[in-house]
Amino acid sequence: MSLPETDIAVRLDNVRVQFDETGLHFDCAVGKGQIVAVTGASGSGKSTLLNVIAGFETPDTGQVEILGKDVAGRDPAERPVSVIFQEHNLFAHLDVATNIGLGIDPALRLGIKEKAKIASALLRVGLEGFGKRLPPTLSGGERQRVALARALVRRKPVLLLDEPFAALDPGLRAGMSSLLLDLHQQEGHTILIITHHPDDVRTLADSVLFLDKGRILLHEPVTQFLEHTDLPAVARFLGR
Amino acid sequence: MINRMERRLTLTAGALCLGGIVLFVCLAAVALLAFDEPGSANDGVVFDAYVWRVARFTLLQASLSTVLSIVFAIPVARALARQAAFPGRVWIIRLMALPLGLPALVAALGLIGIWGRQGALNTALVAIGLDQPVSIYGLSGILVAHVFFNMPLAARLMLGGLERIPGEYWLAGANLGMRPLSIFRFIEWPVIRGLLPGIAGLIFMLCATSFTLVLTLGGGPAASTIEVAIYQALRFDFDPPRAIALSLLQISVTAALLVAIRLLTPAADEGHGGGRRVRRFDGRGGFGRAGDGLVIALAVLFLALPLGSVVSSGLRADLVKLAGDPMVRRALITSIVIALISGLLCVVSASLMIRARQAALSSRRPAVLLRGLAVGIFASSSLVLLVPPVVLGAGWFLLLRPFGDVARFAPLLVILINTLMALPFVYRVLEPAMATHTARTAKLAVSLGLSGWHRLRLIDWPGLRRPLLMALSFACALSLGDLGAVALFGSQDMVTLPWLLYSRMAGYRSTDAAGLALFLGLVCLVLTIAGTPRAGADDQRRKDVTA
Repeated sequence: MSLPETDIAVRLDNVRVQFDETGLHFDCAVGKGQIVAVTGASGSGKSTLLNVIAGFETPDTGQVEILGKDVAGRDPAERPVSVIFQEHNLFAHLDVATNIGLGIDPALRLGIKEKAKIASALLRVGLEGFGKRLPPTLSGGERQRVALARALVRRKPVLLLDEPFAALDPGLRAGMSSLLLDLHQQEGHTILIITHHPDDVRTLADSVLFLDKGRILLHEPVTQFLEHTDLPAVARFLGR
Repeated sequence: MINRMERRLTLTAGALCLGGIVLFVCLAAVALLAFDEPGSANDGVVFDAYVWRVARFTLLQASLSTVLSIVFAIPVARALARQAAFPGRVWIIRLMALPLGLPALVAALGLIGIWGRQGALNTALVAIGLDQPVSIYGLSGILVAHVFFNMPLAARLMLGGLERIPGEYWLAGANLGMRPLSIFRFIEWPVIRGLLPGIAGLIFMLCATSFTLVLTLGGGPAASTIEVAIYQALRFDFDPPRAIALSLLQISVTAALLVAIRLLTPAADEGHGGGRRVRRFDGRGGFGRAGDGLVIALAVLFLALPLGSVVSSGLRADLVKLAGDPMVRRALITSIVIALISGLLCVVSASLMIRARQAALSSRRPAVLLRGLAVGIFASSSLVLLVPPVVLGAGWFLLLRPFGDVARFAPLLVILINTLMALPFVYRVLEPAMATHTARTAKLAVSLGLSGWHRLRLIDWPGLRRPLLMALSFACALSLGDLGAVALFGSQDMVTLPWLLYSRMAGYRSTDAAGLALFLGLVCLVLTIAGTPRAGADDQRRKDVTA
């Protein structure tokens, strides 16, 4: 899909990541404000794709641009992205408010204004008054909501989600999806979300990045993707 | 996963620690190899009959100690495994963990109290009309002491293995009507046999490098190990060439042993005895129960009597007078300072090196140099065992002699040698804990820009406080109870508690010695217990770091 230069949020230009056994190759551009579902079989390179954008992996060759700027040499925290993992998003010995506060200032210098921001973020994810709770006393879904609240206070334009709902029950997944959509409508983040569920693709995504064996096999609007029955890998994913 | 600047800092710090260790060990080795003094005997004479006799005795006592420890450990482990639930069982298993934390010198005193010429055993023998006293000195004493230390260790490791046998085996065994002998042959023995190479290798290594027990219980040149002979060659005969020959011999023996253990031992399996309960159906009959009870009772007596002897004779000493003795106070302060400094040094350098190793291996395809650093750090944690404290001490003794009185450097050397000695243990306590901690927190911390002091304060210290303190406690206990490093350098100006205890024992001031032994033993035991991971605590910690 071709986009005007100024509308691109994330662009991977001929990025190669070499592991001992396999090599990955990414070439794509994601438009601003889109929700992109990243899917494919396990081992196809989905997490590596997100790790390269987030700065956890350094590509061997190629260029990573976020909002038009080359981010080579920038540490993960210096990039305009927030990351939410499948689990372990919170430090268990720190209460919810502190965990969110770390997103505002890693040194935890928090004044009245910052505390208000934390409280309002909690309100927005439906966890009003949870500030003093410790993460182990929360349910899995509540913990992921706290992680979302932290992403909200960080105010980074790109959100990377690595299977954020994978550890949740089906009922909770639906709730989380609609929360994510609500927040997306308010904030206009660009979101890349790894998921194994065709349902998530249908309800959340504007477009789909489909990976196969370390390559981006397809990158197309979600309606078009859901019609794809000619490619065996895609058919398998969609359960047809 | 850490940011670039911190990664560079960590790698540099780890490389510096590794370099320091390598330098410290290599300088000692070079000093030994390059030593040349006018008039010293040439090489042909150095490996004389005495040296070979010492080497033969070292291997002989180590082999016998290993065999005896294992032979006695099997019935004890089996009895404890069969009798999985009786009151006090957990205390017996704890009792078996005690010798590990007891300074060898204290144990030696307790063993003399039971097996010695004036000990409980000989008194009893005389009372029933036998006047053939059992002698604790010489080979028999060394063997008793080594079995005292290593039989419980072996039994605990075997018990761990036996308790990991799946419950279905016992159901099937009962269903098939297997007799105790068949159960041993087809279920228990295969498990024990699998553990034997590891256990035997460990015990052989411990006995072959045993210093304090042989020094106190060996009977002169006839029953001396290489380590003790090195000490005597330097401290009494001042015969450096002989010390060098013996050191080289010691290094080759330990090297051969390390290689053999590496080759023989399958994947290391840390046995925690006494955790999970498996329901067994054998050993329920009166006969089986009585037999197991007898075995357990004998083992408990063998372990508890010397400990009891330390306590009872310690309490008979004039503890108040001892506490007021300026010599004792000074030794106590010296010991505490040395133990704290070497413990801290050890924990800090071990955690820096572990961190550096993680950083070096964190990239997808680490550069050769980084791979080398990682391998070096890992190897250093066990290769330190290759060069026993007395050998290290001997090297530095020779190296520093031209610069004046060696005793001047004693505190520094003792601290450094103690640090190195504790390193393998501290590394093994910290490494898994730090690996879990990093896996759980590193990516998250770096994505939030948490680094340096703030990560240390907010994330690393709360997450790693427990294992760090445990490692520190263990390292301090090792250093506090050590006689090997201080024996070479101890002098009027440098007296540690074990050294004072040893001098008072040698000077036949046995009531003083008993009081000191009680005190030293208690302190070391408390520190070791605090430094030993408890079953279940590990899982809890894993849950604690992130959610």
